[in-house]
Amino acid sequence: MSEPKPLGGKIITAPFLFFSALAVLAVILIIKRFFLGLGAVTNLNDGYPWGIWIAYDVVVGTAIACGGYAMALLVYIFNKGEFHPLVRPALLASAFGYTLAGVSIFFDVGRYWQAYNLFLPWYSQLNSVMFEVAFCITMYIFVLWIEFSPSFMEWLKAKGLKKTVDRLMFVFIAIGVLLPTMHQSSLGTLMVITGKKLSPLWQTPLIPLLALISAITMGYAIVIFEAIISAVSFKRDIETPILSKLSALIPPLIGAYLVVRFGDLIWRGALGMAFSGGLKGNMFIIENLLFLVPLAILASKSNRKNPQKLFIAAVSMLLAGALFRFDLFLIGFNPGEGWHYFPSFSETIITIGLVSLEIAGYIFFVKKFPVLPGAEHA
Amino acid sequence: MDIKRRDFLKVVAGSGLLLAAGESPAHAIARPPKTMPPEAVGLMYDSTICIGCKVCQKACKVSNDMPPEHTLRGPEMLDNVWDNPADLSGYTLNIVKAYKNGSGEVKNREDNGFAFIQRHCMHCVDPACVSACPVSALQKNPKTGVVTYNKKACIGCRYCQMACPFLIPKTEWDSPFPQIRKCQFCDHKFAEGGYSACAESCPTGATIFGPAKDLLQEAKRRVTLKPDSYYDYPVQRIDSRHRLKQKVAPYMNQIYGEKEVGGTQFIMLAALPFDKLGLPELGDRPDAALSEGIQHTLYKGMIAPAVVLAGLMFAAYRSTKNDK
Repeated sequence: MSEPKPLGGKIITAPFLFFSALAVLAVILIIKRFFLGLGAVTNLNDGYPWGIWIAYDVVVGTAIACGGYAMALLVYIFNKGEFHPLVRPALLASAFGYTLAGVSIFFDVGRYWQAYNLFLPWYSQLNSVMFEVAFCITMYIFVLWIEFSPSFMEWLKAKGLKKTVDRLMFVFIAIGVLLPTMHQSSLGTLMVITGKKLSPLWQTPLIPLLALISAITMGYAIVIFEAIISAVSFKRDIETPILSKLSALIPPLIGAYLVVRFGDLIWRGALGMAFSGGLKGNMFIIENLLFLVPLAILASKSNRKNPQKLFIAAVSMLLAGALFRFDLFLIGFNPGEGWHYFPSFSETIITIGLVSLEIAGYIFFVKKFPVLPGAEHA
Repeated sequence: MDIKRRDFLKVVAGSGLLLAAGESPAHAIARPPKTMPPEAVGLMYDSTICIGCKVCQKACKVSNDMPPEHTLRGPEMLDNVWDNPADLSGYTLNIVKAYKNGSGEVKNREDNGFAFIQRHCMHCVDPACVSACPVSALQKNPKTGVVTYNKKACIGCRYCQMACPFLIPKTEWDSPFPQIRKCQFCDHKFAEGGYSACAESCPTGATIFGPAKDLLQEAKRRVTLKPDSYYDYPVQRIDSRHRLKQKVAPYMNQIYGEKEVGGTQFIMLAALPFDKLGLPELGDRPDAALSEGIQHTLYKGMIAPAVVLAGLMFAAYRSTKNDK
């Protein structure tokens, strides 16, 4: 495979317009939130102060955006240069995912005009898990764009600048691996302090470890998912050999995750609750079946060479990690009698609109900038 | 696949940070629970002598300059003249609720009886909200132990609401510039010798103010009182000379807040089990201690991340050099 090249072609296409329209709708509703308050747009309440903007946009969104982190870990820390062509598209998707998570936080917090207080040393509260998460995510958004910046510099033909950035890149790569290791685990730790409000099926001091392993695994899954989707939608060849090799990492990661997950449940004596038949128990079962699907598929070498099966495994892995996070933050969370939460229409549209913005942005970037590996010449 | 899986997993699990948490039982990672400041102030609510008059609710609104709330609507409410909140909210920091069972004939009885309960901030000894707040907007006063809120610091992330086991901090959901609201024991009145408006206004001594340790002592005395005997209940403050002789109800042998989540500065007595009165059944350990314990075990004052970063830089340097 050759160096990354812009795809070229028309920017304004039917899918691009569709996703942009949804994004515009979301922006209108966000403006409404700024004028009329969170209650006018969301179904959030004092029992469920966090809804899908946190559970999906931030917690699931950044885990899905772990492709850049997972690939950097593999290529630069474990020195597997063969996967290099997958790094740039992964970084772009990560930069988008994290940036939009940052944007979501901004309109989710009530007192956004004071958000900079996080960075004022006299306000910073170092015992707060939220402080660590917010601080690390903010830093990481900058690091991701720096890691992606050589694409801009190639496009601008700024050779001197690119050389300097390339020379220092190892520093940003290292920080770019450290920060997600910290905040992806801490995103899980956030729920420890909710104590008894979180069902014992999820409430454990091991949430950070589970959150981290599943985030890295989701990182590899999203790289496979995006590579296949890009290949199909931009009518390119699927890079099956490299994806097949990458997918071999997933089963041992899921294995480790499940050993920790079930070891902990058995040790705490909480596993029985899974079979109580209620919503929480059933969601727990679905969540863990979704982890088993990619494990079963990708354990076989011949399956790993089959793009369809790779795709199904990747999707199932992403759903598994996403449902674990939804269960952790919403479905397993019960503040007490009388409290209910289901996202409102406007709230949901805002989340869908942001994902659409991400997709539209990705389409624009890969056409305009050198992101995807150039086509192979026979 | 020539990546050594074992090495890979070792580094993932270890990345320096997580192994410690994975292998120790919860209470070994938790930091020690915090203790009450010696001069901490408190409130005590005795459900058995509360008459449900709600004058404390009104006094609270006046003292804290809060608007009335109208949750019951319709013509019978005379155009919403009365303050009638359904629960604590961004506009109601103190509320009295009623328990009623069956015919509701006898006060302080679980079956076919009724009882009242007052709800507001518990002022935990080791508050989860204070530990959760990323910007020090919620703080525990080192002298009085009052858990205070600073709107200038607050970013409105609502993690305090997620963290609080009593669901006390509330958001002003309908405001474009919302604050978090919660009871602060009327600490704005302390400087001029004042104290909590709910205690000051209570006609029966159901809510009284005083040093937290004196209140606990009083509570311990009350649970041993003989039912149907008479006791001189202090009114307004624990040290008050104004006392009311009232008949003793059969107390539950539990002081709610003595041990819950490491103790609270608002304690309660009742003749009914507290879960019937809507209070959560909680353990003795503060969740903040575990949460902070995990964080600080992982980060060891940022030394662990610094060491890991050095290793990562070395690895990344080596790999990027090979690229060229």
